[in-house]
Amino acid sequence: MLKPEPLQSNPPVARKKISDPVPVQILLIGLTLLFFIGFVFLPLGLVFSQAFQKGWEFYLEAIKEPYTIEAVKLTLTTVAIVVPLNAFFGVSAAWAITKFSFPGKAALKTLLDLPFAVSPVIAGLIFVLLLGSRTPFGSWLGEQGIKIIFSTPGIVIATLFVTFPFVARELIPLMEAQGRDEEEAALTLGARGWQIFGKITLPNIRWGLLYGMILCSARAIGEFGAVSVVSGHIRGQTNTIPLHVEILYSEYNFTASFAVASLLVFLALTTVIVKAVMENRFQKNSSQH
Amino acid sequence: MGIELQNITKKFTGYTALDNISLNIASGELIALLGPSGCGKTTLLRIIAGLETADSGKIILEGKDTTNLPPREKNVGFVFQHYALFRRLNVYENVAFGLKVLPRSKRPSKSEIKDRVEHLLKLVQMDWALKRYPSQLSGGQRQRVALARALAVNPRVLLLDEPFSALDAKVRQELRRWLRKLHDEIHVTSIFVTHDQEEALELADRIVVINKGNIEQLGTPQEVYDHPANAFVYNFLGNVNVFHGRVHEGMVTLGGHTVDAPDELKSTAGTTSQTFVRPHEIGISKIKSEGNDLAGTVREIRLLGGQIGLNIDCEGFEQPIDAEIPRELYLNLQIKKGDTVFVTFNKVKVFTDDYAI
Repeated sequence: MLKPEPLQSNPPVARKKISDPVPVQILLIGLTLLFFIGFVFLPLGLVFSQAFQKGWEFYLEAIKEPYTIEAVKLTLTTVAIVVPLNAFFGVSAAWAITKFSFPGKAALKTLLDLPFAVSPVIAGLIFVLLLGSRTPFGSWLGEQGIKIIFSTPGIVIATLFVTFPFVARELIPLMEAQGRDEEEAALTLGARGWQIFGKITLPNIRWGLLYGMILCSARAIGEFGAVSVVSGHIRGQTNTIPLHVEILYSEYNFTASFAVASLLVFLALTTVIVKAVMENRFQKNSSQH
Repeated sequence: MGIELQNITKKFTGYTALDNISLNIASGELIALLGPSGCGKTTLLRIIAGLETADSGKIILEGKDTTNLPPREKNVGFVFQHYALFRRLNVYENVAFGLKVLPRSKRPSKSEIKDRVEHLLKLVQMDWALKRYPSQLSGGQRQRVALARALAVNPRVLLLDEPFSALDAKVRQELRRWLRKLHDEIHVTSIFVTHDQEEALELADRIVVINKGNIEQLGTPQEVYDHPANAFVYNFLGNVNVFHGRVHEGMVTLGGHTVDAPDELKSTAGTTSQTFVRPHEIGISKIKSEGNDLAGTVREIRLLGGQIGLNIDCEGFEQPIDAEIPRELYLNLQIKKGDTVFVTFNKVKVFTDDYAI
């Protein structure tokens, strides 16, 4: 090996593209397309065709109906309260789990997923049993003139519970990957806790946070089960959009029901589009290391 | 005194990371903490910076007891192994960070901050990259920015945690020399952690060799290299041949060969010992002569830059001996694989066998 041999570059191996045979590709793409047509495009199309069955005017009327407007207001109010709160809880949970070590950390990380695992109906029932007017705490609250179950606070609480994991689950892997180095560097440079959070941590997680908040909003808008249990279905007071759709439907008011449902579809599509745009930016940013 | 460490102890569950470490470092010194991974050197550095707390002991930086100060009041500059630059901030903002987070009463004016940042970036030869983001820089460039950032706050001491280990060999060497030059200019008391003995020998004023939470030796590179305190230090400071043998009548027997035992071992007959010979302290000849009677067969020849490495099977030795000879000698002797050569140990070091390596 001593005589300096001329450096040999690797012999040029013809690079064969490794891929599945064409029939398999066609089959897989075809199956995916079929599934999409059957389970996404077709139902969505049906919602709109039903909604506009009696014409544009009827559609507008169904949407302008006072109860519908109240339902939209209630849903948007819930989202406006739930998403910021869960963003806050999610960031603190992710922060605690990724930046500190403490006993029970692994258990906490697992428990974060509980709201996803539990059926939403059960989640709703938990709060009825906890805060309902027949429970000691609920009746005490009632005496103070505070009503939670069958009222807006109950809807907010149930939605909070169901959508809690979104932000934390989005942030934990991200923050774990980023490590503590930058925070430690900021610390040795003399920064205080809030400066480190505001100038270093938050900018590093902002896309992940926004992404989590979008998922959280989508679920908060559409949540049916848990909200259904705690709401009491009082028209114009405790009806969210999904509940209102269900009521209209069970009254055989199909066209109005689908008209309101189309609102939900619009909201869902909006979040999906925003999410796609975010995802694009998020990936561009996190690949920039 | 620049840095005074008094009886620092740190235990993690299951093992002792630092066992009663005391160390004095003069102002303006550049000190290497050298040891294998897991020896506690990084823990010690993080304790000085306040990123971790010691179980007991005292830390005095430039005359001020900083043991219980929070890290942001310790005023140390810390350079991380993986740079830890703020990825969302550009080079200028990174270096300015430490000045911008100062309380309003102590914060320099905008133009003062600008002057200082530009001065520091010139010092580390990165003034062309003010608007770049960390992801647009190479490893060596990032580490220089990290150094400027650490220096921006006028630290009492500068701490560097394996600062060059993530860089490739050529850049590492360049940056090493450059850091030595920089230190000669700015004279801030500095400690750097490394597991690379070459880096420590080349760069440091003094070397602290650490193993298993204890200081094995403290001295200038020359002292540590030429007079290692024990087998561990000898072994850690470079390539080495280790022979196991017994001390008998003041001599150590190695295969068919005997060498003088060191004075302190002369009386202890029958002690097992370890004998160390560095590859470049072995003489090779093709002609047998007085004191050069150990014959061996060349098994392998390796090119090691300017030196040639020989792997020689010798009679009576369980393991082949590694020798390094200058390229010129190699060409003169025309050594080939399978040749018989005669081996001399020019310098040996014998330690008793109480070190498990």
